Amino acid sequence: MEVATLLPLAVTLIMSPLLLGVINRTKAMVGGRKGPPLLQPYYDLIKLLGKGAVYSRTTTWVFRAGPIVSLAGCVLAATLVPLGGCESLIKFHGDLILLAYLLGLGRLCTVLAALDTGSPFEGMGASREAMFSALAESAFLLGLAALARNTGATSLTQMHAALADGAWSVSGLTLALVTVALLVVFLAENSRIPVDDPNTHLELTMIHEVMVLDHGGPDFAFILYGASIKLWVLGALIINLVLAPSAGESVADLGVALAGMLILAVLVGLIESTMARLRMPRVPQLLVGATALSGLALVLEFGGIGK
Amino acid sequence: MEWLLVAVAVLVASGLMAVVMTSFPRLSTFWGAVGGGAGCAIGLFAVVRVLWSGKVESLRWGWDVPYGSFSLELDPLSGFFAIPILVLSGLAAIYGSRYVAVFWDRKSVGELWFFFNLLVAGMLIVVLARNGMLFLVAWEVMSLAAFFLITFEHEKQEVRDAGKTFLIATHLGTAFLLTMFVLLGAESGSLDFADFANSPSTVSADLLFLLALVGFGTKAGLMPLHVWLPEAYPVAPSYVSAVMSGAMSKLGIYGLLRVLMFLSDVQPWWGWLLIGAGAISGILGILSALGQSDLKRLLAYSSIENIGIISMGMGLGVLGTSSQNPVLMVLGFAGALFHVINHAIFKGLLFLGAGVVFQATETCDLDRLGGLLKRMPWTGSAILIGSVAIAGLPPLNGFASEFVLYRACFNREGLLAALSTSIPCVAVIGSLALIGGLAAFAFVRVFGIAFLGEPRTPHAAGARSPNDRMSLPILLLAAGCIAIGLLSPLVFEKILPVVAQITHYELAMIESPAARASVPLSVVARVGCALFLLAGGLALVRRWLLSGREVAVSGTWGCGYSRSTPRIQYTASSFAQPAIGFFAPFFRTYTKLRAPRGLFPQSASLATENTDLSTDLIYHPLFGAVGRLLGKLRWLQQGRVHMYVLYVGCTILALMIWYVSMELPPADASMSGTVVERSP
Repeated sequence: MEVATLLPLAVTLIMSPLLLGVINRTKAMVGGRKGPPLLQPYYDLIKLLGKGAVYSRTTTWVFRAGPIVSLAGCVLAATLVPLGGCESLIKFHGDLILLAYLLGLGRLCTVLAALDTGSPFEGMGASREAMFSALAESAFLLGLAALARNTGATSLTQMHAALADGAWSVSGLTLALVTVALLVVFLAENSRIPVDDPNTHLELTMIHEVMVLDHGGPDFAFILYGASIKLWVLGALIINLVLAPSAGESVADLGVALAGMLILAVLVGLIESTMARLRMPRVPQLLVGATALSGLALVLEFGGIGK
Repeated sequence: MEWLLVAVAVLVASGLMAVVMTSFPRLSTFWGAVGGGAGCAIGLFAVVRVLWSGKVESLRWGWDVPYGSFSLELDPLSGFFAIPILVLSGLAAIYGSRYVAVFWDRKSVGELWFFFNLLVAGMLIVVLARNGMLFLVAWEVMSLAAFFLITFEHEKQEVRDAGKTFLIATHLGTAFLLTMFVLLGAESGSLDFADFANSPSTVSADLLFLLALVGFGTKAGLMPLHVWLPEAYPVAPSYVSAVMSGAMSKLGIYGLLRVLMFLSDVQPWWGWLLIGAGAISGILGILSALGQSDLKRLLAYSSIENIGIISMGMGLGVLGTSSQNPVLMVLGFAGALFHVINHAIFKGLLFLGAGVVFQATETCDLDRLGGLLKRMPWTGSAILIGSVAIAGLPPLNGFASEFVLYRACFNREGLLAALSTSIPCVAVIGSLALIGGLAAFAFVRVFGIAFLGEPRTPHAAGARSPNDRMSLPILLLAAGCIAIGLLSPLVFEKILPVVAQITHYELAMIESPAARASVPLSVVARVGCALFLLAGGLALVRRWLLSGREVAVSGTWGCGYSRSTPRIQYTASSFAQPAIGFFAPFFRTYTKLRAPRGLFPQSASLATENTDLSTDLIYHPLFGAVGRLLGKLRWLQQGRVHMYVLYVGCTILALMIWYVSMELPPADASMSGTVVERSP
């Protein structure tokens, strides 16, 4: 095993909470505030890991297993994603399917843990999360199918390598459509505006935040950390697509990709500062729109127009 | 082969014993269950022994029925379908031995055991039969046994209605099968399967395929031929539903595969049709499941969804066969067969679980349940495993088979190939992704509403763990979900001989296309093990972190509201509402609302029910029209016996005139005579 294959995983595990810091800092700056330190998410994680726990009387072992399995799923998903010219730790034909379903497993555990509390608010969030992610899944896999058709590759690492050879100048239209579709999935799956507002203060309007109301201490740290890894993993797919490696200079490529991740975080911050959350009934339409974009990319590929 | 006959004999004999003993319910149950279990064990031993040796065993006796011969054969395809039948039925017999105790003082359980064991024997003969006549007889025995099991509690109106629907559906299906066999045998004048495969048929293969698709699709539950499933499964005793959904409906798939083997001229549009029907069944099936609040009805719709997934896999296989694309062919069929096994396991588990829920709480209505996991920790955990598996999530078995199907599409020979191949592949990818997401939604809803949270009714609060004989089969099936998930490459390898037989290829020739899936599957299995280890490690980390710190137990955070009751919890209907609202065109939702009125409303209520779209749009109008049309002939029937005698006389006279005027050579006449005799 090459050391380079460990890099994407190590970077993900170490740097993923930073993305949240950058997003929050951007939002604060656009809003004219100073904002919390960039490393605040790390401080939060350390603080939470040092706390005790409170469990609801209603809950069962499912509530306690939820954060653990969900984090384990996210970490394993991170082993499948290449970054900036470095191959992923685990790569095989069809790994993109495992990626989608590992994230799905994590989501299922969070949803079950939410229902385990018997709280009506958490049930509400769970229901929304399950619905939106069901729609996001087809947008995601169809988008990856368009990429597979475009690059002739069926593993994420191969796709990443195939994009290196100036793919954007050849089939820019397809790639642009897929990028937009993946961006929508990225925002939806990570509960960002315009799908969900992580800063909302009313439980009735929350999705992800309301599901984790009853978690505390190390459990909540696991959930926050898992969410930041998921943010990084889905973001890395977009960055791999937009910033194709120049091939050869792996250190420089990795640096470019990391810079790209931070820019993506700034972009998310800007989106959150300038947009309002969509009304709940509008969200499925957005996700179906993303599916349609993925489908359009596939049609372009089939017609050979994307090239 | 002899052992298989012994198994059938044990099943039938023990069923008869159960009937004889029917006035002693305990004894009757003992004979029925022990005979059922023993018959399945003997059969399983025989099947595994033959499959292990790699040989094909056959047996042929004469039979005094026109065109019939008692011809049996155990080849890889038969053995493959016999295994889930025997395993699931054996476990169901153990479970049933306890389940039927509720009927002891009010119903005669003898007939229940007789028909259950007959159902198992019938299914076994169906997969072994190598003669059209024998096949149809066994098919009818199986269907009628199922009918009597469905209508066991026939004092209830909904049970009688469900039985009627099943009887009509199954016989319409059999009518198509009968026509198909007659057409298949028309050329060679024999109904032996061996002759079908060899003789060049003059009948168009397209017609035969369509007849088989309708006939077998009705049994499997492909949409829109599925209407009997959501009626029949909920009213049958749970362990019977488990066998019907896990094993009997799979025989529709078996039949379709068997007929595909007879047809040499495979057309691409068959594959398109199978993929289209599969996608529709899959998506609409799981959406309808989301709309149900009755647990068993929900599971019935989810069976339709899974049959859809299997059908999509067969479609890919057929497409691969017709375009000489071995990778698509092998992975499509292998994925479909893999899913057959997996669905038998987790759907069997979930139906048995539904029976436990029903007996513990006297209801299957999700909105009246809740908090069951605390009350039955082992069974509940096993049902959680089944729910995760049926949602197709790693590291369990459902993901393994769906992965093979995805892999058939995400491939140089699938998605990346010519348009005629890649467009169906995209259809399969899109449908599988949507089905996967919605299945997770549906089963999170089942488990989350029924087993987690607080009990919504006193019945749910008073639920207790089931008897060991009922929980053991459930736990074994849950272990099967985990084991197949983690050992998926080994199971996949065992499927290949069956694929080789279906596709008429040598086993060695399909090994390299199969490696396209088996190599990634081994990585997936290792990632699955890593998931267990990582989760275990994290659990230890948390235990270490929490050791010595305060771990308090308190109420659920109610956002400042501390006097909540269980009724404030989200219900199954409200949980599904986002999906029902968004996919509204696919539902007929009936809403009964008593809105709160005035400044101080006393009471209000809201009830919603989602009915089956195809019943409302296709079958009610169709059968209504048929009924009106046939109503016009009612004057024929006046109740006067001498008029009926006249009818009989006229018919005989007409037949004689027809026979004499045709003057056909005897062989042909008797062949076409068979058609005439049986069509009314």
